[in-house]
Amino acid sequence: MMIEITEDKINVSKIISVVNHPEAGGIDVFIGTARNNTSGKKVMRLEFESHVSMARKELQKIVNTAKSKWNIKSVAISHRIGVVNIGDESVIIAVACSHRNDAFESCRFIIDNLKKNVPIWKKEIFENSEIWVASYS
Amino acid sequence: MEIDVILYGVARDIIGANKYKIKVDIQMSVEGLLRKLENEYPKFKQLTSLFVAVNDEYVTKDYLIQKHDEVVLIPPVCGG
Repeated sequence: MMIEITEDKINVSKIISVVNHPEAGGIDVFIGTARNNTSGKKVMRLEFESHVSMARKELQKIVNTAKSKWNIKSVAISHRIGVVNIGDESVIIAVACSHRNDAFESCRFIIDNLKKNVPIWKKEIFENSEIWVASYS
Repeated sequence: MEIDVILYGVARDIIGANKYKIKVDIQMSVEGLLRKLENEYPKFKQLTSLFVAVNDEYVTKDYLIQKHDEVVLIPPVCGG
């Protein structure tokens, strides 16, 4: 199991190899990438920041809950902070389970809850402005 | 005695600083802190959510801030 918040570029194959487990029949991987537009408005790059110590703890809680719901053999989560250029990975979640259904469902559960509870903030940088995503209704 | 409330994201932009000082000589609840912030910086009222974490855990509005607490303002999160 691995949980990291990192300023480094995400190494997708490394994360997948971390969760590879002899008892697993499948690995589900979610990769979040930096999109070049929001509602048609051109995005130049993303910038993430986090209260890292708490983010790790909150991610651990989400993983613990997922483990209580599904039969998970191994999990790895890596979330980037700092500048993330268009097309680059901002987050990766890999879950290895005995059977694919558990892998699909638990991976989705983890990314959905990551977006709700974990103290990570995303700023979209446009050509002439910037916005902290989801801050204002 | 004063302690620093740590600011991230849009909360830092609203206040224009990395930290916000509060006095803890008089007992202050999280609710009191949020009310004080909203009075001084009305933009906080427009946020979709605003929570407080103490020592890396979310706390409820009735929590009383202690002098050795690490207090962090949590504006709307958006990981992923």
